[in-house]
Amino acid sequence: MTATDTSRPPRSFQEIILRLQSYWARQGCAVLQPYDMEVGAGTFHPATTLRALGATPWAAAYVQPSRRPTDGRYGENPNRLQHYYQYQVIIKPSPPDLQALYLGSLDAIGIDMEMHDIRFVEDDWESPTLGAWGLGWEVWCDGMEVSQFTYFQQVGGHDCRPVSGELTYGLERLAMYVLGVDHVMDMPFNDPDAPIPLRYGDVFRQTEQEFSAWNFDRADTDTLLRHFEDAEAECARILAEPARDPQTGRDIIMAHPAYDQCIKASHLFNLLDARGVISVTERQAYIGRVRALAKQCADAFVQTEAGRQA
Amino acid sequence: MPDLLLELFSEEIPARMQARAAADLKKLVTDGLVEAGLTYAAAESFATPRRLTLAVHDLLGESPTTVEERKGPRTDAPEKAIEGFLRSTGLSRDALEVRDDKKGQVFFATIRRPGRPAAEIIAETVTNTIRTFPWPKSMRWGAGSLRWVRPLHSILCILSDEAGAELVPFEVDGIESGTTTQGHRFMGHGTISVTGFEDYAAKLKAAHVILDPQERADRIWEDARQMAFAQGLDLVEDRGLLAEVAGLVEWPVVLMGDIADTFLDLPPEVLQTSMKEHQKFFSVRNPKTGRIEKFVTVANRETADQGATILAGNGKVLSARLADAKFFWDNDLRRVAEGGLDAMATPLAQVTFHNKLGSQADRIARIEALSGDLAGPVGAEAGQAQQAARIVKADLSSEMVYEFPELQGVMGGYYARAAGLPDAVADACTGHYQPLGASDSVPEGPVSVAVALADKLDILTGFWSIDEKPTGSKDPFALRRAALGVIRIIEAGDLRLPLRPVIVAQLLRHEIAQAGGGADADTAALNAMLDDLVKKGLFGAAFDAIADRLAEHGGADRSLDAIADDLLSFIHDRLTVHLRDQGIRHDVIAACLAMPGSDDLTLLMARARSLSAFLGTDDGENLLQGFKRANNILTAEEKKDGIEYSLDPDVKFAEEPTEKSLFAALDRAEPAIATAMGAEDFAAAMQHMAELRAPIDAFFEAVQVNSDNQIVRRNRLCLLNRIRQVMGQVADFTRLEG
Repeated sequence: MTATDTSRPPRSFQEIILRLQSYWARQGCAVLQPYDMEVGAGTFHPATTLRALGATPWAAAYVQPSRRPTDGRYGENPNRLQHYYQYQVIIKPSPPDLQALYLGSLDAIGIDMEMHDIRFVEDDWESPTLGAWGLGWEVWCDGMEVSQFTYFQQVGGHDCRPVSGELTYGLERLAMYVLGVDHVMDMPFNDPDAPIPLRYGDVFRQTEQEFSAWNFDRADTDTLLRHFEDAEAECARILAEPARDPQTGRDIIMAHPAYDQCIKASHLFNLLDARGVISVTERQAYIGRVRALAKQCADAFVQTEAGRQA
Repeated sequence: MPDLLLELFSEEIPARMQARAAADLKKLVTDGLVEAGLTYAAAESFATPRRLTLAVHDLLGESPTTVEERKGPRTDAPEKAIEGFLRSTGLSRDALEVRDDKKGQVFFATIRRPGRPAAEIIAETVTNTIRTFPWPKSMRWGAGSLRWVRPLHSILCILSDEAGAELVPFEVDGIESGTTTQGHRFMGHGTISVTGFEDYAAKLKAAHVILDPQERADRIWEDARQMAFAQGLDLVEDRGLLAEVAGLVEWPVVLMGDIADTFLDLPPEVLQTSMKEHQKFFSVRNPKTGRIEKFVTVANRETADQGATILAGNGKVLSARLADAKFFWDNDLRRVAEGGLDAMATPLAQVTFHNKLGSQADRIARIEALSGDLAGPVGAEAGQAQQAARIVKADLSSEMVYEFPELQGVMGGYYARAAGLPDAVADACTGHYQPLGASDSVPEGPVSVAVALADKLDILTGFWSIDEKPTGSKDPFALRRAALGVIRIIEAGDLRLPLRPVIVAQLLRHEIAQAGGGADADTAALNAMLDDLVKKGLFGAAFDAIADRLAEHGGADRSLDAIADDLLSFIHDRLTVHLRDQGIRHDVIAACLAMPGSDDLTLLMARARSLSAFLGTDDGENLLQGFKRANNILTAEEKKDGIEYSLDPDVKFAEEPTEKSLFAALDRAEPAIATAMGAEDFAAAMQHMAELRAPIDAFFEAVQVNSDNQIVRRNRLCLLNRIRQVMGQVADFTRLEG
């Protein structure tokens, strides 16, 4: 595919993604690929969660498929999906012109600042499952939330020093606005003039139906619960292992493998929640269990090369 | 004299924090300047989303030189003490002066502090202020360690007078103060150089920034009102929203748009809440239809298409939001049509209210029982009060209230009417939550009143039964507010409702639930017995029988009476605060609280008000003195003699005419007061008491109580006791101060 012509408005969902990729690549970010696990948001990608810790400078951008089982609507709701895409940018330390850089990205996808009303409205971010919080805004374009903008203060119970700036774009919603589409399933996925034009619904309507059915009614809760407990136990076990690796004789702290188990536990909790088998009081307890894992993973990561403090 | 201009320019400051931050900036900086000796004529501060600004007018150019004289140790004091004194004064020994003092020769220091230039003091004060600013929440950014509400980008700080402007140089964590700022993020054009406050405000306006939040709010309000008025519509007033919106824009542009026809049938509260909470839109009402038909949004910029694109975008977002709301509304109405509000309330059995107090459904069952008990005293029909209690919280399981918790009660009212329930029942949906705060109105209509009281008394007795009471500032279940609610409802309705039996009955219901888990047949039987007892008004022994039976089940091992006493005293504390706000003294309330029947708050308040009014009169004040004198003498003599002078005094031992008159006065007043008290006519009782003032004064004037004649003395002491007894029928005067 040739470089996109940014002088005309984008014509498809994928063109918006490509423009964001190329814009943030131009700003010096490493354009990573999605993490290969089920996560609830782009923040869960270790490129954000773990890399926000420690003193090593970092700049990454990536698309992350995200799953929110309770948001499934069998592909019928114009705005809600149980599987959707987030675009995530993380830069450490946060550069002084991050707001301007962000506005540049909106310009790159065809939002004309001269015609639209862009606002930064207070919205502090907190992830109880990650033991993380930050201050920032939701960014409004003509009254619609198009991004989250956060300065990370803590992750896994550790202070972030230096502070990372995190941008999260809800890609479907943003693209629907830019493309002027009212129902997500009607949105052009590739170029409408392509030999085989595909709409979002052509790609995802069926999977939304199948997963909605599974998430809400068909998933075997005993199995999910067992998997949750397995992931929780494995995470703790990995971290309790001695660092000395018998193969190489070197110290290897397995922060990432442990964190994978934490991600699994988190997603399994979301599935159990969607199946309606977690009561209000139990909910807090489950969130606390996942948070405990995230915290242990963060504790381990800051002992590693990549997570070293200043 | 120079003026100071300070601007702290940052990324977007949350709207809700701006007003407070502007006030804090003014206070902290001016306090710091004054403390350093820099006085000024006037100061004003402003906030926009991206800046906090302070202007201080007519500041001293430098702080005055000060001279302080300080007395030190004696010249023959230990060396260490003298060295300490030198250190604290910053002087050398030969700069000290030796003076003669009463105790010998003493060192005196004269500390001269030369004046400092304003710029130096300002730099110091502003730096301190920035470093210690009391943001409700602050953050770090980048690699720095400075904390601010959001990243701080630049500091403008100048001193200006007729001669021109001068930079006040300083640096905070790498940010150097300067003489420039930025205009509007999108409509401004580059850097603005500033020479003084007027110049600053004018240049900002030219760069599309209105500095003064009040001016922005006024402009929004005026433009929006005009726009609505031009189409024959009314803007719905919302001061809180106006302040918030004024904090979201530097250059407000008001735009009005239509709400699509499909949404116009939604309840106005739903439209208003959805538009306000999600979009920060104002509502525009058509006075002819009473419906909300348009919205007003406030953009932060002008555009070439006069806001058409912005308005279209906002309209689209609103439609998506309202489509959600309509979906909830239609679903809820369908559920009500299928199974009524009882069906809507069913899922509440799965919702935990509190892990020791059971589910919402358990709570509703208890409120229903108590509403039945309370119906009679408040003039409601018991069946209707219980019916209302069953459904007033049903909307907690509606989709609309799940989405908009602040609509609880309001939605219940709509759904109850849709289900064809009587108005009195539907009104209780909102009414039973009232009063929500000190300024909220109390519920109207006996059914609402019964359920409102039951709701509050249930939550109070519940948390008392599990011993989780408010402590200090911690009151997560708003129990203080519940107690005040009980007081205000009883006060507004003049309700005669002794609370103790009601509290004990509800405590028993909690004990039964906690002992039996609400399931088994025995629990049901106990509850039925309790309901029956409450209905028939048999208190005391019968209650104890249930409590004993419960104890066999392992519950109720604590004394319900003690818990009830404790809860009553909590309610009395709230009442004391409530009456104090109405100007009734603390000790007056204490004097009334000591009287029997103080769980009847109406009686208690009437007594306190009458007593307070009486003590405000000349008679009352003097009678109180007479009482104190009688009581003091009597108490002292009783203590000395080790006996109580409680026999009836006999007029035949009265020697003095004033003594005889007092007998006569007491003979007249005693039955009159008793009759008035029997009729609960406190004012009349006080009036009769007032008639005792003159005879008591005259008695003390002429009579020596401690006569040498023991019979006469004893008789007089018993007469004093009679004064104490008679007055004690009305209030416990020993608790009054003054």
